[in-house]
Amino acid sequence: MSEKPSEAEILEGLGEIVEEVAGVAPDDVTADKSFVDDLDIDSLSMVEIAVQAEDRFGVKIPDDELANLKTVGDAVNYVAKHV
Amino acid sequence: MTGLRLAPAVQATRILGVGSFQPERVVTNDDLSKIMDTTDEWIRDRVGIVERRFADADLKLVDMAVFAGSKALANAGLSPSDVDTVILANCTMPTPIPNGAAQVADRIGVKGAGAFDLNAACAGFCYALGTASDLVRAGSARRVLVIGAEKLTDWVEPTDRANAIIFADGAGAAVVGPADEPGIGPVVWGSAGDLVDLISLRDDRWIFQEGQSVFRWATTQIAPIAQRALDAAGIAPAELDVLIPHQANLRIVEAIAKKLRANGARADMVVADDIVHSGNTSSASIPMAMDHMRAAGRIKPGDVALLIGFGAGLSYAGQVVICP
Repeated sequence: MSEKPSEAEILEGLGEIVEEVAGVAPDDVTADKSFVDDLDIDSLSMVEIAVQAEDRFGVKIPDDELANLKTVGDAVNYVAKHV
Repeated sequence: MTGLRLAPAVQATRILGVGSFQPERVVTNDDLSKIMDTTDEWIRDRVGIVERRFADADLKLVDMAVFAGSKALANAGLSPSDVDTVILANCTMPTPIPNGAAQVADRIGVKGAGAFDLNAACAGFCYALGTASDLVRAGSARRVLVIGAEKLTDWVEPTDRANAIIFADGAGAAVVGPADEPGIGPVVWGSAGDLVDLISLRDDRWIFQEGQSVFRWATTQIAPIAQRALDAAGIAPAELDVLIPHQANLRIVEAIAKKLRANGARADMVVADDIVHSGNTSSASIPMAMDHMRAAGRIKPGDVALLIGFGAGLSYAGQVVICP
């Protein structure tokens, strides 16, 4: 990407990734949602989401950082900060 | 100057027969949920396993290796005296001394065999198959019995909900010998020793895995190695009839298949899912899956199959073979 994506663009991109990995409707992927408790995403699907987010946004999301990304908003902020 | 004589080499090798052995005792997810905090649904979702086999205390790793090796010889239509070398891939012998291969060779009836254990964990069978093929090609061995056998339940804490649901016991074997046309492609192997801590023994006693990191490595790094094995054998992804990855976790198996299909492998490529009823048996999983699929008619002689093993070390190896 030539320009840094906006937070809205990151959220939209994450929604598409979460839909592909876990079959969650993109409209349900909002900043306040917990990946585990609200979207029923398990730890291995989180790895798949992280790998796809790395490719899409050009960031690194190591496993120890991944553990801190509890909500969709946490992930959006992480990508926005590191992209 | 005195020149050294070399053993006569042969051009090509193939798998002449396969066999496998599993303990009788079936352990279901419901059985495990009675002794640890887990459920059938949780296990199926995470690893895709429905049931697995556990060996009782009196059934040793070498016993299972003997049974699988004998069946592979019978499947090949060979006698023990037709084999001169036995390689036993494993990582779960109860003690480092003695090795398993010599006693397994003797019990099968391969007297005076060249015999050694090979530890590349879950990549062990593919390492051993590549080694066997090259021993035959170089003339160091006439025919080699390659066995992967594991008693993982000796090394898994019985109520560890992360690992006790995955690992199981069993053995698989293949006979390798000379061929007119190549039936075993070049092995592509390697290691990532910098990641050694991802799969290790906790307290020098119980298998431990960094689950997410292992999953990330297996789902991102193994498909490119599988592609290298295809390239080394001169096989296009679309020519592949069968994919037999190490049965680590059904989701890893499916991730590898998905990437190969994105590279051109066919939708009707048969993908091994032996883990569903056998669990993860480390170095035994690939030959066991091949034998079960052969018996079920899912693979037939002449099918082009890609084998790819990966695991502790970290270690990996793969090759293309023609099914016997």
